[in-house]
Amino acid sequence: MSRELFIFEGLIPLLKAAAVCIYLMIMVIIMVWLERRVVGWLQGRLGPNRVGFQGVLQPIADTVKLLFKENIMQKQADWLLFNIAPIIVLVSALLPFCFIPLGDSIPFKNYTFTFWVAESPVGLLLILGLSSLSVFALVFGGWGSNSKYPLLGGLRAVIQILSYEIPIGLAMLAVIFYSQSLNMVDIVQKQAVTGWNIGKWPLIVPFVIFWICAVAETNRAPFDLPEAESELVAGFHTEYSGIKFAFFFMAEYTHMVLASSLAVVLFFGGWLAPFSQVKALAWLHPFPGAGVFWYFFKIMCFLYLYIWIRGTFPRYRFDELIKLAWKWMVPLALLNIFIVALVRLHS
Amino acid sequence: MPYKHIEISMGPQHPSTHGVLQLKVTADNEVVLNVEPVIGYLHRGMEKLWEHRTYPQIVPLTDRLDYLGAILNNLAYVLAVEKLAGIEVPKRAQYIRVILAELQRVASHLAWIGFNANDIGAMSVLLYGFIEREGLLDLFEEYCGARLTVHGLRIGGVPHDLTPKVCELIRGVVTSVPRRLADIEALLSENRIWKHRTVGIGRIAPAEAIQYGLTGPALRAAGVRWDIRKNIPYSSYEDFDFDVPLGTHSDVYDRYLVRMAEMRQSLRIITQALDRLPAGEVRAKVPRLLKIPPGEVFLSVEAAKGELGFYIKSNGTDKPERVKMKAPSFINMQCFEKMCQGHLIADLVAILGSLDIVLGEIDK
Repeated sequence: MSRELFIFEGLIPLLKAAAVCIYLMIMVIIMVWLERRVVGWLQGRLGPNRVGFQGVLQPIADTVKLLFKENIMQKQADWLLFNIAPIIVLVSALLPFCFIPLGDSIPFKNYTFTFWVAESPVGLLLILGLSSLSVFALVFGGWGSNSKYPLLGGLRAVIQILSYEIPIGLAMLAVIFYSQSLNMVDIVQKQAVTGWNIGKWPLIVPFVIFWICAVAETNRAPFDLPEAESELVAGFHTEYSGIKFAFFFMAEYTHMVLASSLAVVLFFGGWLAPFSQVKALAWLHPFPGAGVFWYFFKIMCFLYLYIWIRGTFPRYRFDELIKLAWKWMVPLALLNIFIVALVRLHS
Repeated sequence: MPYKHIEISMGPQHPSTHGVLQLKVTADNEVVLNVEPVIGYLHRGMEKLWEHRTYPQIVPLTDRLDYLGAILNNLAYVLAVEKLAGIEVPKRAQYIRVILAELQRVASHLAWIGFNANDIGAMSVLLYGFIEREGLLDLFEEYCGARLTVHGLRIGGVPHDLTPKVCELIRGVVTSVPRRLADIEALLSENRIWKHRTVGIGRIAPAEAIQYGLTGPALRAAGVRWDIRKNIPYSSYEDFDFDVPLGTHSDVYDRYLVRMAEMRQSLRIITQALDRLPAGEVRAKVPRLLKIPPGEVFLSVEAAKGELGFYIKSNGTDKPERVKMKAPSFINMQCFEKMCQGHLIADLVAILGSLDIVLGEIDK
């Protein structure tokens, strides 16, 4: 009995945690490659296609290069802040994935294997809180570098992320009104009965708000001001080199995967196959565990959208960005909460 | 001591200073209070060098000034020398010069739209512009063997006649460039973000622009009708029918519109010149050892960046006594400080891009 307890309560969660980390690292590799190839394709050029088949090994080659690069820290930098920032940024990007359901559960005889590391009744809040910790990393990195471009980039990053945290929270609140739970697994299971959240009309606007804010929160184009290379060189990580720079890089892509996962779980039914409540389409989800494929397929669509947006739009200016958040996103999200509340009250 | 202002040194190694330009920016948080351009990192002593070269030897050196508009530099210089020496250029050569110069203007503007858009964050536009520019460079390569620093003109005419292959390439470019321009305009012209970033940014009053000596598309974006091709025609420009696009607001957006329209007008000129290409020689008889009797001349042309002028003083030998160049980028750069006042750091790069400077020309 105690041996089973050890396996089910100790070993498997531990292995799952390790698997999630590996999964994210693989996602980073896929994304780095995909981004370069897709942006290259959008722009009528090739992108990396030499290392491995179609250049798939290029991100690995880059990582090896970064590992062997000299680790530079200027004299005037604050040792503690400068070195702690890359760790915080990566940890804050990895931890939220404990609560993200990556697939449905597979029942065995007396044990149910689940595709999530932990299930918490306040999962969504934890995810928001943990991912927001990355702000500290940007402040520490920007301030600790003791240099002007990182300082400006750090300031921009903090104001931007804090501004967009509010509408993104309000957009999620609308989903919570419907699911009546903060548990990520519950949110998905509710959608199995009622259909995807995106199919409910009061949740379409929150989704748009959510997605715009998600792009802004991950510092991606067209909201990539904190690291706008044409203005601030590289923003808050200008002074970082080698593996510390790689940490920031990995964290950015992990945050993208996180934002895509949240969009999928909250609005697009997580691991559920399309129209999962329709009996005739049950073959889309043939066996337990097939949800992993659907989850993966959906997040890849969103990750592609990230790249597509980057290839299309110019960059916002800082004041316009803040105006967009406070003058449009926040009032719109508040109004929408009101509408959602009325609709829910009525039904 | 209150730390109110922040001093930032942008460049000379900065992604968007278009070469080796340093900007000393004083900013209050992100609002630019003062900006001081520091130039001279690319100084090669061109004007002094020219005093020790014969007249034909100087032509390839002018390629290196505005390296995005090599033929336009050639044109300004050879026209000045021909005027000083009293050389009559055959009509066919004049037309070929117009074709090459306008192609070069299109190539220069295509590079400009790419850089300016890239500074504002629209990366794809850079590549779209460069795909078309590649076709133009291939054309130059077919014509004279070089792509960037082409040395495409000679004193007294042009080095080669247009071969059927070159004509075919020119016709191809004339049809492919408008399509690409339409693509770029679809991405930018009505794009909210692009308009946020460009409308009302970097304004300068027309009177002030004239006082500063601003020329080229930036001046025409202010609504001043000053195009040397129209006002003081040279090299048979009076034979062609084209419009001078004008702006009204004198901001970054209008400069964008003016340059985009200008490219279309250039293509119009090219088509006309190609259709009406007169027969005859392409090069006047110019003595190999060109000695010009004492005298002086100033002649300017409408280059891609603005009014490009050459002052040449001859002393009867085969080398000029003094050559002074009026570089449009250098003079346009003076307005930069004025335009940036009160804008944000992000606008700084947008304004710099909209002026379309080339450091090779500023530093000589």
